[in-house]
Amino acid sequence: MKDFREWLREDRMPHIYCTGCGNGTVINCTLNAVNQMGWEPENTVFISGIGCSSRAPGYIITDSLHTTHGRAIPFATGVKLCRPDLHVVVFTGDGDLAAIGGNHFIHACRRNIDLTVVCMNNYIYGMTGGQGSPCTPLGAISTTTPYGCDEAPFDLASLATAAGANYVSRWTSYHVKELTRAVKAGLETPGLSFIEAMVQCPTGYGRRNKLRDARLMVQWMRDHSVLMKKWKQMEAEGRPLPEDKFPVGEFVRRHRPAMGVPEE
Amino acid sequence: MTRLEFWQGNIACAEGALAAGCRFFGGYPITPSTEVAEHMARRLPKIGGVFVQMEDELASIASVIGASWTGTRSMTATSGPGFSLMMENIGYAIMTETPCVIVNVQRGGPSTGQPTRASQGDMMQCRFGSHGDSSIIAVSPASVQEMYELTAKAFNLADRYRVPTFVMADEIIAHMRERIEVPDTVEIVERRQLEKGALPFAAGEDGVPGFPTFGQGHGVHVTGLTHDERGYPSSTDPGVHDRLVRRLVGKVEEARHEMADYEVTNPDAEVVFVSYGSPARSVKQTVRDMDDERVGSLRLRVVWPFPDFALHEFKNARVFLVPELNLGQIAREAARHTAVPVVPIPELGGELHTPAQLAEIAEGYL
Repeated sequence: MKDFREWLREDRMPHIYCTGCGNGTVINCTLNAVNQMGWEPENTVFISGIGCSSRAPGYIITDSLHTTHGRAIPFATGVKLCRPDLHVVVFTGDGDLAAIGGNHFIHACRRNIDLTVVCMNNYIYGMTGGQGSPCTPLGAISTTTPYGCDEAPFDLASLATAAGANYVSRWTSYHVKELTRAVKAGLETPGLSFIEAMVQCPTGYGRRNKLRDARLMVQWMRDHSVLMKKWKQMEAEGRPLPEDKFPVGEFVRRHRPAMGVPEE
Repeated sequence: MTRLEFWQGNIACAEGALAAGCRFFGGYPITPSTEVAEHMARRLPKIGGVFVQMEDELASIASVIGASWTGTRSMTATSGPGFSLMMENIGYAIMTETPCVIVNVQRGGPSTGQPTRASQGDMMQCRFGSHGDSSIIAVSPASVQEMYELTAKAFNLADRYRVPTFVMADEIIAHMRERIEVPDTVEIVERRQLEKGALPFAAGEDGVPGFPTFGQGHGVHVTGLTHDERGYPSSTDPGVHDRLVRRLVGKVEEARHEMADYEVTNPDAEVVFVSYGSPARSVKQTVRDMDDERVGSLRLRVVWPFPDFALHEFKNARVFLVPELNLGQIAREAARHTAVPVVPIPELGGELHTPAQLAEIAEGYL
């Protein structure tokens, strides 16, 4: 098996990510999962929109499309429908996917097109300097929510589940083993697979929200994530679900009719 | 060999695309272009192609561009409001040199305007709708026959120059039915493939790089950011941006002679109609009715890049009359290229100019 580093475009280094950014962890986990699938670079395509997360395909040696803001999934749809034999992975972020690309996201889940969508959710727009996104938590400070965010955020994993994706899970950059396994499960599942990877952005988010560095942000994610089994148990027992915490793990794995699945 | 059919313009458009090898259509319903999508939905699955109805026009053109990178001839069809939504990714297709065909069956605008009436109000939008400097190719059919022929030709132009190519039809041509001679085959000019190991965005003298089809081991990174010849983002170096944009524009503008496609009637004329699309039908009748060698016609089949030199074929011209279903969009372009007076003859609301109306105006200049 290849080393995951063999998938990297070394002449593009150094990358643009800030010190302490969590995106590298997600790229690492994704490439490890791709590697474990035994896929070759010539039949794998990475596609992205705009934002920090979307710079990822530029650092990978495969064919790749770095497209327009929010539109990665419809570009990927065209590639996949014409060449179902290619493995197509989409990198996106919370602003790219849930704000400007929200409509494409839910329709791709409904169509259940055979893509794996990995969303690096850092709760803000990182590339433009830390503005509020549809995933900014209530009360959080960003450059466009200077008095605290007063809009309720999206729960992306639940959204994908409700919209019909065949595989959905959420992990964080703290949970690298689980995240890698989840991406691999997504790659293996025919239909749309959605993996939400919560990541730290100490530069754009943390320093404005008393989580000054990467270590504090990763600790925060560790301490505020609750394993799905425990979360469901709390729900079943009618216990109040902690508002400042979120479930991590597998949301759904099913076999709704899918599009763009290669013939055996 | 040909066979005779009696087709609607939109059907001829779809059939022309299929004859040219189009095997992917991504679209969204909109009047008056919908029949193109409906026909593709019926036909493509039967011949190993893909039809997909996307969630909006932003997604439609995105899917078309994605499909094109797999080496598939791909198209969409839309009208005014949908065309406006496509502008963002048309810019992406220009920047990434993605061949694709976009049919715009023009209707009255701005905004929702007149969904069922003809217009040529998007001629400047197709040329300049994207932000940034760029050039594109546009053809304009004046008959059902040309809906077929020019749509097929648009694929060749898109592939040859690696640029989005527009079929700028209008509601009259798209919804009329007339006799068409359908050829057994159409000429197909394949896109030139990138040689293995060559830089993916390095172009030869014609300014057009070879195409690195996905899934063939080229490992090409395609980005809408300003990029160098490797395809790598290089968005702060003034020289890289200058060279890239000048090449993207130059490869189209410098080929205006080789892709020119127009008809000249009475080259010694003094009063010359310049037209394209459905108004060209009224002009044809006017010139025939007037039967005067002093009245001529220039009819454009390729409108962009604009064939400025075609105006100069009329050595005796004293005035160019430009009937359009807009307030003078191509008239303004023509005026840029000649010292001879150019007079726009606008018609808004969806009706064609009548030959009598055009003859009366022409007589005023004789």
